[in-house]
Amino acid sequence: MKLLVRIKRYDPEKDSKPYWAQYGVEADPIDRLLDVLNTIKWTQEGSLTYRRSCAHGVCGSDAMRINGRNRLACKVLMRDVGEKVTIEPMLGFPVIKDLVVDLDPFFDKYVAIKPYLINDDPPPATERLQSPAERARFDEGTKCILCGACTGSCPSIWGNPDWVGPASIVNAHRFIFDSRDQGAAERLAILGQSDGVWRCRTIFNCADACPRGIPVTDLIEQVKRAIAFGDTKTE
Amino acid sequence: MYHKFDVIIIGAGGAGLMGAIQLSGSSVAVLSKVYPTRSHTGAAQGGVAAALGNLEEDHWKWHMYDTVKGGDYLVDQPAAEILARDAIDAVYELEHRGLPFNRTKDGRIDQRRFGGHTRNYGEAPVRRACYAADRTGHMMLQTMYQNAIKNQVRFFNEYLVLDLLFNEGRACGVVAMEIRTGEVSTFHAKAILFATGGYGRAWRVTSNAFACMGDGMAIAYRRGIPLEDMEMYQFHPTGLYRVGVLLSEAARGEGGKLLNGKGEYFMERYMPTLKDLAPRDIVSRCIIQEIKEGRGVDGKDYVYLDLTHLGAEFINEKLPDITDFARNYLGVEPITEPIPIQPTAHYAMGGIPTDVDGRVVIDPQWTPMPGFYAAGECACVSVHGANRLGTNSLVDLIVFGRRAGRHIAKFIAENDHVPLPAEPESFARELLDHLYTSTGGESAAPIRSTLQNEMDARVFVERDERGLRHALDTLDGLQDAYKNVQLQDKGKTFNTELVETIELGFLLDCSEATIHGALARTESRGAHYRTDYQQRDDANWLKHTLAYKGAKTHDVRLDYKDVILIDDPIFKPKERKY
Repeated sequence: MKLLVRIKRYDPEKDSKPYWAQYGVEADPIDRLLDVLNTIKWTQEGSLTYRRSCAHGVCGSDAMRINGRNRLACKVLMRDVGEKVTIEPMLGFPVIKDLVVDLDPFFDKYVAIKPYLINDDPPPATERLQSPAERARFDEGTKCILCGACTGSCPSIWGNPDWVGPASIVNAHRFIFDSRDQGAAERLAILGQSDGVWRCRTIFNCADACPRGIPVTDLIEQVKRAIAFGDTKTE
Repeated sequence: MYHKFDVIIIGAGGAGLMGAIQLSGSSVAVLSKVYPTRSHTGAAQGGVAAALGNLEEDHWKWHMYDTVKGGDYLVDQPAAEILARDAIDAVYELEHRGLPFNRTKDGRIDQRRFGGHTRNYGEAPVRRACYAADRTGHMMLQTMYQNAIKNQVRFFNEYLVLDLLFNEGRACGVVAMEIRTGEVSTFHAKAILFATGGYGRAWRVTSNAFACMGDGMAIAYRRGIPLEDMEMYQFHPTGLYRVGVLLSEAARGEGGKLLNGKGEYFMERYMPTLKDLAPRDIVSRCIIQEIKEGRGVDGKDYVYLDLTHLGAEFINEKLPDITDFARNYLGVEPITEPIPIQPTAHYAMGGIPTDVDGRVVIDPQWTPMPGFYAAGECACVSVHGANRLGTNSLVDLIVFGRRAGRHIAKFIAENDHVPLPAEPESFARELLDHLYTSTGGESAAPIRSTLQNEMDARVFVERDERGLRHALDTLDGLQDAYKNVQLQDKGKTFNTELVETIELGFLLDCSEATIHGALARTESRGAHYRTDYQQRDDANWLKHTLAYKGAKTHDVRLDYKDVILIDDPIFKPKERKY
């Protein structure tokens, strides 16, 4: 199939502001959008810049705004986007070059919610026990690949870049509801502050954007309830 | 820029991070060319083997036996013993650090079957692989990164390492480029751990990420360190047809079966005991054999992985990710349809030679290079020999990443920094200047593409002298063309064309060592199957290849070192049957 690809481009060494470039490409309907970007880079425009690594949706490198929605370029097939596709860097992050955004602030916010198991008891000689039901309680959040698609799709982040954002809350949830963890109170205190969970307006863009199918907004609501009612043990 | 640390770790996958989190309290920096959570460890699916015996009787010695036999006896046996014994404690350590394993009804770590892992020295499959759905590597990578954050490890993200520095007979630093700015920095350290992963992008059909370009192996090789057993490269039997994306062996561990174009479950015919759970080298060869004899699907070069008898509920619980891959990339519904698969380039058994503490050893006499360590896929301990068992890659990362980290802790306590060599950045700057100013007219993409097609065609599951010589000729031409690569993008900011071009140089070097080793090894062993030398030849080839880069382009010197056997009749090399 013949494709027209519009890409929002910006090179800080050359351009005073971003501009739209267009590329015509021949592609197979089952090609990934990432394959198409590679074709452009390798046959037409060597300076086209984007991140990519695993190419099958598990590393989270190639999150970008595709026809107005945040998606991983390696999970979008050409048959699903039609003959015209528009690609931009994700909103809500500073642009470094073309489709590459600065994710350092995103990872700083992840660090801020203490994303590690907190448990000061001496560990047993073998594993800590955890029932399948206790394990299932926090399963959804463990799927997160920190691609930034949810956070970059959130109008609350667009309006307030300092907000902690959905991805960090998902990762806080993963520990708050882990039966082995003892740090729930610390994390809930962080997320109860003014730049914590309450800036979420339940818009659901995040859940739509998540390439891992995590019900992001539901998890945020569970954290809100845990702060409001102090309950981390039940659904 | 100049940075000074006690320890510099290159690579933020499983081995690098497991090393880093052993070193709390020391001054440690981790350099990664991607954000740490993008590392390819995150793509590992099925599990991590450890003889916990949570569901049935198991022993570390059975795991050791399976590893030695699975590696077709090219394994250094004392290293395999350490792998199997340390695996148990390392898995518990990860659980204590938060790794969310699947659980049994009584709350213990759940375990599943995997290829080549057996009870009682080959009797029947055993439940040894500890797992977290079909994203065990993802969970492991996340857990280790989280612990590195907890331990306040310093990260330099999106830095590409260009050179390794030596002085006074010791490794003393690396030179790296910050991708975002193009700025070159020297990192001065007492100890350097390479944990840079594999080079699966040398093939077109591959399970490997774009990042898997052989960086660390090639940098060491260029500095005179040999590469060990590079001809031993694993092709995983079940890659998605044409795409190469991995469908975990866990699919067969949980009951999935291979089906040929005639509707036969053909593995029963080749390997009556383990059937679909025979080791990967064997299963890949059986698939190629079926295709060669006209029993591929519709006479084409693929067969099926059949999960349809397992049922929707079971598949959705145990294998959710890989079945999504089939839906997303091939439009196949695995609950009701078999999945088209073919062997896909997957894992380097070979790499930078090390001892069991991760110390790099530079010759057949096991002479260590003080201060230089390697772990994970870029290293060759050798625990995988001629063929790695499924799940043993994650075991390798946690066992030898941990041992390297602990040995480094001792080394830095007992040693000071040695001074940097004069003009430490000269090699790296020459490389960059050459690429920025070259007007040779070649470009990287077609060179890489030709290499991948050649490797797929002639350095694959089956090899022979004629094909390997052809591959070598092609490679020589590509190396010459590479010298004339010219960049379109001359910018400093996030220049991914520059990064890809430097990486292509790494890939060519790794391929060179691979092809030379394969051409010289006139026997068939594990993943290295020569149609012109079909037998294993223990009298002449029970030894490891060491490939040294010569002074001139195309020049490679091969040397050999003996495989280390232990004095126990169970482990005596014998014919491999399953």
